[in-house]
Amino acid sequence: MLSIENVTSAYGRIEVLHGVTLRVEPGEIVTLIGANGAGKTTLMHAISGVQPITGGAIRFNGEPIEKRPAHERVAFGISQVPEGRQVFAPLSVLDNLRLGAWSRRDTDMEPELARVCALFPMLDAILDMPAGALSGGQQQMLAIGRALMAKPRLLLLDEPSMGLAPNLVDQLLAVIRALRDDSLTILLVEQNARAALAIADRAYVLETGRVTLSGPAAEIQADRRVREAYLGI
Amino acid sequence: MAELLQFAFSGLTVGAIYALVALGFTLIHNASDIINFAQGEFVMLGGMTTVFMATAGIPLPLAMLIAIVVTTGVGLALHRFAIEPARGASPVALIMITIGASVFLRGVAQIVFDKRFHSLPPLFGADPIQFGGAAILPQSLVVLAGAAVIVALLWLFVERTLLGKAVIATAANRLAARLIGVDTRRIVDFSFAVSAAIGAIAGILITPIALTSYDVGTLLALKGFAAAMLGGIGSPLGAVVGGLLIGMIEALCAGYVSSSYKDAAAFLIILVVLIAMPQGLFGRVKVERV
Ligand SMILES: Nc1ncnc2c1ncn2[C@@H]1O[C@H](COP(=O)(O)OP(=O)(O)OP(=O)(O)O)[C@@H](O)[C@H]1O
Ligand SMILES: [Mg+2]
Repeated sequence: MLSIENVTSAYGRIEVLHGVTLRVEPGEIVTLIGANGAGKTTLMHAISGVQPITGGAIRFNGEPIEKRPAHERVAFGISQVPEGRQVFAPLSVLDNLRLGAWSRRDTDMEPELARVCALFPMLDAILDMPAGALSGGQQQMLAIGRALMAKPRLLLLDEPSMGLAPNLVDQLLAVIRALRDDSLTILLVEQNARAALAIADRAYVLETGRVTLSGPAAEIQADRRVREAYLGI
Repeated sequence: MAELLQFAFSGLTVGAIYALVALGFTLIHNASDIINFAQGEFVMLGGMTTVFMATAGIPLPLAMLIAIVVTTGVGLALHRFAIEPARGASPVALIMITIGASVFLRGVAQIVFDKRFHSLPPLFGADPIQFGGAAILPQSLVVLAGAAVIVALLWLFVERTLLGKAVIATAANRLAARLIGVDTRRIVDFSFAVSAAIGAIAGILITPIALTSYDVGTLLALKGFAAAMLGGIGSPLGAVVGGLLIGMIEALCAGYVSSSYKDAAAFLIILVVLIAMPQGLFGRVKVERV
């Protein structure tokens, strides 16, 4: 579904991705783990087209998309839940959700809205509240709901568990699993490697802009270096 | 008392125009972080184009419409051909570009039009209405009504349409707006077009009272900027309140002190706001999330 080949990217003259290659197959949950500053967010931004790449190729369903502007990539079916939630603070929860369907604003958004509200009952009760007034957990659910309103085929999640209480992390993982079971493909970036590996099919380890390890999640979880560096065992 | 009422009314009238200029600043700033110092030239173009179309024999309503369309086109072109190619440049560089555009538009206006002052006939005659001892020009009421209608339409647009929400979303969080598929460049295009149209309407409304010439934009831009600063850059409500306040302060200053200090009032306000309350009256501290 998504194939990234040898992608390089830089901020000014400082290259932070040094040739990253990874694939996500339909129906998979793939997780990308790595320490602070490894380049995970940069890669997610590159996939969505909000960060230019200096080399390599990005294919979505076989089509090269690296030259397409960000808004077209959303229309192709790639949605991102950005790091730090980034909800539209002055707008209501409902407006945030409706804007999530911007890329298909000519179609009826009611069924999707109903689906998202069913998935996150806590949002349904606060549709009129300004998003900026929500708790961190509610904002995270809203950010996911907003991304789902675009009816994506591939969902990019950038550190969704960041700053969430443990019980909310469990809820979040359940939601991600449910979405996958509902035939959504997911690329999950996490620093919480334990949680991510628990639900992922495959995993990549990114270190200072390079993929240093990849394989089935169970294998990565058992890897000695990963256990030391990311799982604290 | 009658005197005060007289000053207050003329203050409100010019203040409404400053408010419209300030709204133009606000719209563009919110969508793109740019301070567009060519905003005053939109006002000039509105007035001057109407004058010259009318002089050429085109019926006044049509002349006004053409002026609005032409100015909107200029606003779009400014974004597309001057700002957009420099995307990624520092805010200061972009502001320099708008100042350059302002000088350029003034130069072109000098050639295409002329260097004289011009007026337009007032919409409902020139006989002042007596009110509480003050004489109020009917055109003043037209200016106030026109400004009120524009503010109301903008409010409706933002509250009631998804495009309006997308403009707010872009202003609030450009990255997130791009990630949900908003073509933010189009939103900025749109904000330039709307700002230009508002400027043109302001120019058409005020010309019967204040006259127009190729260079009226400079001072208007500074007053409008002062208004936006006073209200708090980025706040549409602040722009309106700031504009009206500056108009009033100027009129009172001109009435009770001396009209030669009138323009100084706006600059004094810019200084005071910059030093004492950079957030303005309604400005928010911009929260940057990491
Ligand atoms: N806007 C920017 N300008 C310059 N350098 C940046 C910028 N954003 C990120 N970087 C640098 O690029 C590198 C990769 O950053 P990135 O945000 O992609 O890492 P990350 O893996 O997402 O980290 P984290 O786990 O903290 O989110 C870091 O060294 C960072 O300092
Ligand atoms: Mg990151």
